[in-house]
Amino acid sequence: MRYYFSEFKEGMLIAFQAIRANKMRSVLTTLGIVIGIVSVTLMGTAIEGLDRAFNKSIAAIGADVLYVQKWPWGGGHDWWTIRNRKDIRIQHAKVIERQATLAKSVSPVTATRRNVKYERKVVESVVIMGTDADFTETSGATIAFGRFLTPAEADGGRPVCALGSEVAVNLFPNENPIGKVVKVGNYAYRVVGVFDKQGSFLGMESLDNRVYVPINRFFKEFMSGRGGISVFVKAASLQQVDDAKEEVRGILRKARGLKPKQQDDFAINQQEIIIQTFNTIGVVIAGVGLFITGLSLFVGGIGIMNIMLVSVSERTKEIGLRKAIGATSRAVLLQFLIEAVIVSVVGGVIGILIGAGSSLLLSKISGWAVYISPFSVALAFGFSAGVGIVFGFWPAKKASLLSPIEALRYE
Amino acid sequence: MSTMIKLDSISKTYHMGEEDVHALQGLHLELQRNQYVAIMGPSGSGKSTLMNIIGCLDTPTSGLYELNGINVSEMNDNQLAKIRNKEIGFVFQTFNLLARSDVLHNVELPLIYGGVASAERKRLARESIERVGLTDRAHHKPNELSGGQRQRVAIARALVTHPSILLADEPTGNLDSKTGEEIMGLFDILHREGNTIILVTHEEDIAAHAHRIVRIRDGKVERDEPNKKRKVVTIPSTVMA
Repeated sequence: MRYYFSEFKEGMLIAFQAIRANKMRSVLTTLGIVIGIVSVTLMGTAIEGLDRAFNKSIAAIGADVLYVQKWPWGGGHDWWTIRNRKDIRIQHAKVIERQATLAKSVSPVTATRRNVKYERKVVESVVIMGTDADFTETSGATIAFGRFLTPAEADGGRPVCALGSEVAVNLFPNENPIGKVVKVGNYAYRVVGVFDKQGSFLGMESLDNRVYVPINRFFKEFMSGRGGISVFVKAASLQQVDDAKEEVRGILRKARGLKPKQQDDFAINQQEIIIQTFNTIGVVIAGVGLFITGLSLFVGGIGIMNIMLVSVSERTKEIGLRKAIGATSRAVLLQFLIEAVIVSVVGGVIGILIGAGSSLLLSKISGWAVYISPFSVALAFGFSAGVGIVFGFWPAKKASLLSPIEALRYE
Repeated sequence: MSTMIKLDSISKTYHMGEEDVHALQGLHLELQRNQYVAIMGPSGSGKSTLMNIIGCLDTPTSGLYELNGINVSEMNDNQLAKIRNKEIGFVFQTFNLLARSDVLHNVELPLIYGGVASAERKRLARESIERVGLTDRAHHKPNELSGGQRQRVAIARALVTHPSILLADEPTGNLDSKTGEEIMGLFDILHREGNTIILVTHEEDIAAHAHRIVRIRDGKVERDEPNKKRKVVTIPSTVMA
């Protein structure tokens, strides 16, 4: 044990002496590793930022809401089989609403696109949502002013509507929309409320470019072709989401008359599915990104290898002497490995500092909350040490295999 | 006197491309404890090969080499490294000191590879430095020392493990004749103190210090005789501490 320790200490001493004796060379070699670590760190931060932005966006869907639909989310399903499934219909929503004990609220939802007009102003291709009075409860969307549809209006299919904030701003830039009559497609609706701004989903589809109408009226005025709907089910609590899902599944299987061995002919979607899908994509993005930036670290490693080879041939005679007076091949190997690891770890530490600094700067500029985890620091540290070991190994092995006789004769 | 080195039918063949070079061809040699032997021979005689084998830097192609009763002719690299560390003290023509380390660290070096604890290492190194008279130079770097002083550091390094043999390869080759004589005087003292010394040289003047001269030619011992005209250096007390 003491043997290894004194060998190790000697290795450290030699390494520091060698690095000090060749300052410029060591600095340049270290620089390669610094650049590598900085780029990997920054890429890590960017990926984490992307992740966070996604999670923030996905939160709009609500973790406690189940979406009973014909089509499952995510990929990998047999399109033809699913296309041939029976549609989800309004009576399914009613069955669930009646029987589900773990559901806080249930809303049937269906949608299409129409132009919406008020006087001379037109907003084209607005998403028209048909739903019931529970929708605000189910979706968590809130009303800015006015009110949402009452149960009486919703069930009775009255010609009333609530506007998404974007539609409201576009149609009523200077007026109070409450009580005004707009034309949705060819039909007149009276505005009873306006939603708060909800933003967009994954930066693509605005959730504010919408008009909400009673679903019973929707069926009469906008329903075209097949009449499939979705049912949104809000679980009683976040902890009961999975139980609620099983309960809804059971109710629906019974309602659809499925035999025990038959597969579900409907899908119960969750936020989780989107998260899973994104994570799959995220892993690919992260993998490719880290691979590309990892290349710069690889180049840094080659720099270390190069300089270690120079160092070994410069010190051939010294290696010969050390072996002559009793250094084993392992001791020589260790000595050069330590030198490579020191150069690369020093580079790693500087790289981490610069990387963390620029990540913080990046977060100031972009507004992303950047979090530099101890784990990622440890990872960068371990990575740079690993680079030193991997790229220092061959030169060190070469040194350790030198014959002492040849090495002592070397000029 | 006990036998320290026993070389029996030692052969060494190098492959140089297509040709085989027979550096040693069935060489016999025995050395006793506390002998002072000079090995001489023209270049190409096999003198260096013999030195490498005696110093455990190399193993013979065939034949038996016993050092202190241990057969070292078939040891592997690691075992040889340990033997070199414990049993052999090398002194080279070009000193081979570590330029970036001070005298103390240079002398300590074999003990580091021998796994000796730090405090004990320092004590042994200082002791060894004192024997060659460089106590006041312990913290100097090699480039702050004269040629003679550097060679003394090398000798201190060779002595620090109390090896069985002191193996000196042209130890005065890089020194002027006056300094060379001082170094030879140091060897004389070390011999009187009980060390076994092997001196490899081609200079008659230097070999003249030894008690026995072995002449090598064509890979064999050509002549092996006691040195009757032994040269003794009287060293002024100011040089030796």
